Amino acid sequence: MKHPRVPRLALFLLALACCLLLAGCQHHEALPFKLTRISGHMPDLQFRLTDDNGKTVTADDYRGKVVLLYFGYTHCPDVCPLTLAHLHVVMQQLGKQADEVRILFVSVDPTRDTPQVLHEYVRAFDKHTVGLTGSAGAIEALTKRYRAAFSREPSGKDGNYEVSHSSAIYVFDRDGHASVLSTPITPQADLVHDLKLLLDSGD
Amino acid sequence: MRRIAILLAGLLVAGLAHADAGTAVKASHAWIRVLPGNLPAGAYVVLHNDGAKPLALTGADTAAYGEAMLHESSATGGVSRMRAIDALPIPAHGTRTLAPGGYHLMLMDAKHPVHPGAKIRITLKFDDGSTLLVDFLARPASALSDKD
Repeated sequence: MKHPRVPRLALFLLALACCLLLAGCQHHEALPFKLTRISGHMPDLQFRLTDDNGKTVTADDYRGKVVLLYFGYTHCPDVCPLTLAHLHVVMQQLGKQADEVRILFVSVDPTRDTPQVLHEYVRAFDKHTVGLTGSAGAIEALTKRYRAAFSREPSGKDGNYEVSHSSAIYVFDRDGHASVLSTPITPQADLVHDLKLLLDSGD
Repeated sequence: MRRIAILLAGLLVAGLAHADAGTAVKASHAWIRVLPGNLPAGAYVVLHNDGAKPLALTGADTAAYGEAMLHESSATGGVSRMRAIDALPIPAHGTRTLAPGGYHLMLMDAKHPVHPGAKIRITLKFDDGSTLLVDFLARPASALSDKD
């Protein structure tokens, strides 16, 4: 019964070769992510917005960094700060490598979230966070690009309104390719794990 | 007879003491996440109902903010939402936690800037008419609980 062993080995080698070949083309397919993989399902990072220093920025400005994209708004007193506080802990756990990561907090409430408001806001959480705002059209285009739903719901008094928004955190590699999707309930350790994979995979 | 009188007096005192306490609810781990500028802040607390009857938190008042609203955050279908709620039940001999990502008080329009480390006094109101004065600890934006 020596016979079947050879084809099995051959198959294994063939499979290995395929893996390596695929890894060569799109190396992230081979990375053992813990979070939901979105590579190939979501488009590359692309936008033209205003950062919290009032400067026009595009996705190209963040090439070379691993990017965490999160949609929120500053008048959100509970979930947005919670998410950003969690991300701060994640960044602390990355140590020195956090310098190679950027958290992009995109406001879905550009009327109230001016660059100045955003600047103070993001600084209160983590120094690797950039607040982004822009025209309603530019922001809508970005949310649509990542199928991130959001809507404004009047809450009555004083013309105040609440914004419901996608709770997802989209993770992009250094080349701006969508990699994994995190949520506010994702264990921090899993996000740290995947960020390290992306940071260490090198480009 | 005298013994009964003493017993009755004792019960009366106990009853009065209870009325003095105002409510069967005890609060712990009370804190506020302070955001920059005059952005609304979330306030969190653990409420324990020592009483034999269910109660409900129906609102809050504070001199430090223009408005305090009872809210619930939820994330269904990948979308985060907030909604105002009228009453938050606390079961008899049970606990109800207001924590980030769930039930919270939304504090709006701070009368004076609130800085981390400050104690903010908030009156919690319950459906039996009782109230509870609680000192909430102001904590930085990146805090995740009442302690580090």
